[in-house]
Amino acid sequence: MTTQTLPQLERREPLWRRLPVLSHLRNSVGLQRGMLIAGLVLTAIFLLMALLAPLVAPYGFSQISDASGDFPTQDPPSAQHIWGTTVGGFDVFSRVVWGAQTAVLVIVVAVALSIFAGVALGLASGYIGGWLDRVLVVVADAVYAFPSLLVAIVMSIVISHGQSSLWGGILAAAISITVVFIPQYFRVVRAEAIRLKAEPFVESAKVLGASSWRIMARHIFRNATRSIPLIFTLNASEAILTLAGLGFLGFGIEPTSAAEWGFDLNKAISDVTAGIWWTGVFPGLAIVLTVLGLTLVGESMNDLADSRLRTRGRSRKQRTTTARTSDSVAPAAHAVPGVAAGAEASTGQEGGQA
Amino acid sequence: MTALTETPPEAAGVPAPAAKRKGGGLATYLIIRFLLIFPTILILVTLVFFLMRITGDPITAALGGRLPADQLAQRIHEAGYDRPILVQYFQYLGQIFTGNFGRTISDNRAVTEMLATFGSATLELAINAVVVALIIGIPLGMIAAHRRDKTPDAVLRIFAILSYATPVFFAGLLLKLVFSVWLGWLPVAGRASTSTEIALTSLAQPTGIYWLDALRSGNMSAFWDVESHAILPALALGLLTAGVFLRLVRTNLIGTLGRDYVEAGRSRGVSEFRLVTRHAYKPALIPIITVMGLQIALLLGGAVLTETTFEWKGLGFQLAQYLTARDFVAVQGIVVLLAVIVAVTNFIVDVVAALIDPRVRY
Repeated sequence: MTTQTLPQLERREPLWRRLPVLSHLRNSVGLQRGMLIAGLVLTAIFLLMALLAPLVAPYGFSQISDASGDFPTQDPPSAQHIWGTTVGGFDVFSRVVWGAQTAVLVIVVAVALSIFAGVALGLASGYIGGWLDRVLVVVADAVYAFPSLLVAIVMSIVISHGQSSLWGGILAAAISITVVFIPQYFRVVRAEAIRLKAEPFVESAKVLGASSWRIMARHIFRNATRSIPLIFTLNASEAILTLAGLGFLGFGIEPTSAAEWGFDLNKAISDVTAGIWWTGVFPGLAIVLTVLGLTLVGESMNDLADSRLRTRGRSRKQRTTTARTSDSVAPAAHAVPGVAAGAEASTGQEGGQA
Repeated sequence: MTALTETPPEAAGVPAPAAKRKGGGLATYLIIRFLLIFPTILILVTLVFFLMRITGDPITAALGGRLPADQLAQRIHEAGYDRPILVQYFQYLGQIFTGNFGRTISDNRAVTEMLATFGSATLELAINAVVVALIIGIPLGMIAAHRRDKTPDAVLRIFAILSYATPVFFAGLLLKLVFSVWLGWLPVAGRASTSTEIALTSLAQPTGIYWLDALRSGNMSAFWDVESHAILPALALGLLTAGVFLRLVRTNLIGTLGRDYVEAGRSRGVSEFRLVTRHAYKPALIPIITVMGLQIALLLGGAVLTETTFEWKGLGFQLAQYLTARDFVAVQGIVVLLAVIVAVTNFIVDVVAALIDPRVRY
C-alpha cells in the first residue's frame, strides 16, 4: 500500500506550471494580472527588438550614409528616417533598436555576475560566520548606503578609465553595475543562510558527515535562493537605469562601437534647446518603456509572492486582516539597527534609480 | 523577508540586543551609533582611494599623452605619486582628517574650496527637490492608501512606477522641451541669468544659496529670476523622489489604517480625512522617516544627473566635468564628501527614529 502511494506523493506539478512567470500569471487576477501582462508584453518587445535588431533596424547603428549618399543631419522624422537623424547623421530609429541589444548584453552579464558573486559571498558569510561575516557585512553595508551611480562611476574609471570599445564598454558597464548589486543579493542570501543553518535538516546532514561545502552547495543553496527571481527582475530594470546614467555622463560606449540610449540622450540635451525633440524623446521613451515593463513584471511577482499584498478574486479582504504589509516595515533581517536601519533588503525596490 | 519588527538576535549578526535592560539604553545607543559613522566613512575612503590608484596615478590619467615623458615624471615626483602606495594612503588619510583634499589637476584650485563653492548649489537643488517630493508624494500616498485597490490607487501606483522608470535626465529633457522651448515659460538652463549671477556673487558674504542671497539683499527681481531657474530642476529631481514617498506612505498607511484603534476612531465619528491625516498617519511616520533617510543616496545620485541636464553648476555638474577631464583628485574629493554626507544623514535619521520609537536600541 505505502509503496504504491509514495511515488504519487513525490510527483510534482508539471514543469510548465512551476516556471516562475507562468505560475505567477495563473495565480493573478484583476489589476494585478493586467499589470503583469502589460509588463510581460513590454519585456517581450524589448527582448525581440534586441534579438532581431539586425532585421528590424533599417540601418546600422554607426551608419551615416547609404547608396544614395550621406544621411542628412538633424533631419526631422521622414519616410526615409522614420524617427529622424541625429547631429552626427545617425538614424535615430536604428540606434534605438540597436540600443536594446546593448542593454540586454549589459543586463545579462551584470546580473549573472552579481548573482554569482552575491550568492557565493552570502552563503559563505551566512554559513561560516565569524570575522569573515562581520567584515563582509560592514563592507556590503557601506557600498549599499552609497549612491549606486557613484559606485558605478568609480568602478568604470577603474576598469576602463572611462574609454570603451564595444565589449570593453559592455564589460566595464556590467562590472560597475555588478558591484552595486552584489550587496543586495549578498544580504538576502546571507539572511536566509543564517536562518537555514539552524534548521534540523542541516543538522542531520552534518551528523551524516556531509562536508561544509556540500551543505552549502546543496542544502542551503537550494533553499536560500528562492527569492532570487524577484530581485532579478527588479535589478534588471535598475541595471538599465544605471547603464543609461553612466552613458549620460559620458561613460558610455562610443557611438561607433555600439548604440547606447543614455549616451544618445546626453547628445540630445543640446538639441532640445534648438527645438529638436526627436533625438532625445525616442531613446528616452525606450528606456522608460523597458524599465516599466521589467518593473511591472518584478512588482507583480513580488506582490503575488506575498500573500498579504495579493489581490484576491471575488472575496474582498476584510479590513482587519490586511494589517501589515511587507514593504518598508521590515528591517533587513540582519541589519544592525544603526548601520542600515529599515532598508528593505529583500527587494530593494524603493532603493531605486541612481 | 518577514515583517517582524523585532529582529531575531541570531539573525542580527550582532551580540543580542540588551532589550530587557530598562533605561540608559538611549545614550549608549546614540554614542555607539555616532562612532559607527567613522568606520563607514573610512571603508568608503579606503575603497575609493585604492580603486582609483589601481590603474595608475592621477597625473598620468589627466595629462598623459599631452606632456613629454620627462616632464610627466617630474610632476609625478613633485606630487609624491611615485612613493609606495601605503605611504600615500596614510598621508591622504591624514590630509583628509585636517580637511585638506589636495589641489585639482585640471584647474589647479584647492579641492576644499571647490567643494564649498559648488556644494551650496547642490544643497539648494536637493532642498528644492525634497520640498517638491514631500508636497506631491505625501498627499498622493494618503489618497492611494485611503482608496486602496480603487481607481485612484491604480492610477497613483502607475504614476509611482512611471516616476521610477523615468531616468531623471529624461524627465528633465521633457520638462525643458515643453516648458522652456515650446511654451517658453521658463529658462532653459543654469541657476540664474548672467546679470543676476553677477549681482549675487558680488554680495558681501554670499551663502551660495541663491534664493537666500537674493532675499537677504532684498533684490526681488533677482529672487524671481532665481526661482524661475530653479523650478524645472526641482521638478525633475522631485518627481523621481515623490514616487518613492508615495509608495512608502501608501504601504505604511495601509498597515496602520487596518488597526483596531482606527476602527475605534471611525466608530466614534472621527472624519475619514482626520483618520487618514492624523490617527493613522502619525504611527506610520517612523518607517517613512527611516527610509526617507536612505533616499538621500538616491537624491545625490539623481542630483549628479539633474545638474548635468540643466547645467546647474553644483557638485554633480562639476563631477561630470572633472570626469571628462580625468581629474581624479577632484573626483575623489567629491566622492568622499558625498560619502560623508550619506553617513551623517543616516546617523541623523537613526537618531530621529530612536527618539521617536523607544524600541530602537542596541
